[in-house]
Amino acid sequence: MTTAILKKPTEPTAARKPNRSFVHGLITNKKALVGMIVMLVFIALALLAPVLFPGDPSRITAMASLEPSPEHWLGTTAKGQDVLALTVHGSRSSLFVGLIVGFGSTFIGILVGLASAYFGKFIDEALSLVTNVFLLLPGLPLLVILAAFLPPGLGTVILVLVVTGWAGSARVLRSQALSIRSKDFVAAAVVSGERAGRIMFREILPNMASIVMGTLLGCVIYGIGAQAGLEFLGLGDVSTVSWGNNLFWAGNEGALLTGSWWVFVPSGVCIALVAFALALINYAVDEVTNPRLRKIKTPKNTERSAAK
Amino acid sequence: MRFILRRLGFYLIAFWASITLNFLLPRFMPGDPVSRMFARTQGKMQPEQIEALRKMLGVDTRPLWEQYVDYMHNILTGQMGVSISRFPTPVTEVIASQIGWTLLLGGTALVFAAIIGNLLGILAAWRRGGAIDSALPPLLIFIGSFPYFWLAMGALYLFGVVLGWFPIRHAFTDGLEPAFTWEFIGDVGAHLVLPALTIVLVSIGGWMLGMRNTMIATNAEDYITMAEAKGLRPGRIMLRYAARNAMLPSVTSFGMSLGFVVGGAMLTEVVFAYPGVGYQLLNAVQGLDYPLMQGLFLTITAAVLLANFLVDILYVRLDPRVRSN
Repeated sequence: MTTAILKKPTEPTAARKPNRSFVHGLITNKKALVGMIVMLVFIALALLAPVLFPGDPSRITAMASLEPSPEHWLGTTAKGQDVLALTVHGSRSSLFVGLIVGFGSTFIGILVGLASAYFGKFIDEALSLVTNVFLLLPGLPLLVILAAFLPPGLGTVILVLVVTGWAGSARVLRSQALSIRSKDFVAAAVVSGERAGRIMFREILPNMASIVMGTLLGCVIYGIGAQAGLEFLGLGDVSTVSWGNNLFWAGNEGALLTGSWWVFVPSGVCIALVAFALALINYAVDEVTNPRLRKIKTPKNTERSAAK
Repeated sequence: MRFILRRLGFYLIAFWASITLNFLLPRFMPGDPVSRMFARTQGKMQPEQIEALRKMLGVDTRPLWEQYVDYMHNILTGQMGVSISRFPTPVTEVIASQIGWTLLLGGTALVFAAIIGNLLGILAAWRRGGAIDSALPPLLIFIGSFPYFWLAMGALYLFGVVLGWFPIRHAFTDGLEPAFTWEFIGDVGAHLVLPALTIVLVSIGGWMLGMRNTMIATNAEDYITMAEAKGLRPGRIMLRYAARNAMLPSVTSFGMSLGFVVGGAMLTEVVFAYPGVGYQLLNAVQGLDYPLMQGLFLTITAAVLLANFLVDILYVRLDPRVRSN
């Protein structure tokens, strides 16, 4: 979808221009702006959580199942914990795991994708096969079975999420790297005797920066959502405070049936807001780099060639 | 034909990989699952059943490759051992009694989401900048950002507990005898509404945006201009000329999204206590029922692979380029 930025990378002026307009486009893009503001708010909350709500958020501070009130803005759980403190503290683990999983799976995706595209032949066949197998295996059941067999803990959660999450990014990055691999400047680098690692990371990788960013955002969204799902099933690290665990306890303590909507709404809304903000930034990156998706005045243009 | 054979080979490799994963996991995990399970069944197990379990889960002194050959043989002949949490029912029987519900839930949700999503995508691309195109995508992305299970919880709370419009648990009312009567089918339908609605809501956005973006590319093709020049009715151009050619990526994602739907259905099933394989898988995990866990994982994988293979065959029918290759 984002091949447009690479249409004329061989002309030096054209190669530099998209970069500047990329940052500019992202800042002036309304979607990106909204997304970035929401993300900044959540990151600030996560960092400030120990200041805003000092002490252990899961300690019991009040009567059980209180409705939202001035003392407890979001009410209390069936155990008597403050929901707002749990939610704010939950952002730390959720964002942390999401970011680690996002960077981890994007990193593996870059390695596999670049190696596939650069070396080609047998290595490409083998890596693509592994990638496609991982893509096809149903993610959540695989997650569950891995989490069930490995010793519980935060490390397991991260490991399992990276194992199930890297394949998608590897596939996208491979196809992008393939199209750059066939460009003249890569051939020139090969002829001039540059080492494989240098060509992969210094020549090819910088030219697919925008798609790497899109993949990274997608992986972070996946990480946050999958962690929440895993924890909701009770397969995460139950001792930490996170959005997924908050929902797990809400379900376990029967918040739905007793009508304590304030216990399960905040954490879910937070997950959705973060995922939505990241998705907005992602779509904005797509729009900025793929002119076809931008709003245009005349709905039909005569240019042919399939995008995608 | 070569295409089909290649794909078939690929699916076989994928299936082999998941069997091997199943084989290796318990063998490299710290601790002894058999004694944990043995403690749970409180001595109801027969010595030979314990022996079989030990073999299956790798508490075995034989060389690894010998165990592996044995394991493969057992799986391929359908011997997946006995379930621990539902002792002494064989794993295959437990799965057989539950897979139908998941197929019903996942299938219904997938078909509805795909049809509605694609139609919306067609309309959005056709009237670019119109009401559907500008209002729906952000809304659907936002809804799609919610975790499956959270939307399920919300739907259960709102429509099940507060409004009481739909039943909140299980696939049919307790005590009702499963039969092909209108009463029973209606009851199953009512129980299906909320779980299916959640999955549809979450997945519809992806369908719509995918279709919209392909369709925008298709709309720029010359044959669309040609069709307009010929004076064909807009509806005909939209559906028979543009949408028809933009369908192919959607068919591919139909296969791809099956895995996601199974995962989503799993979480939804847990929220609604819907008696499908996902709910059972969680129960198996909680009950340390390793044989059932492995059997369920293999079954789900096999189902997803099979469905993808069927989509491939369909693809060959739809895209002549694949055939000539």
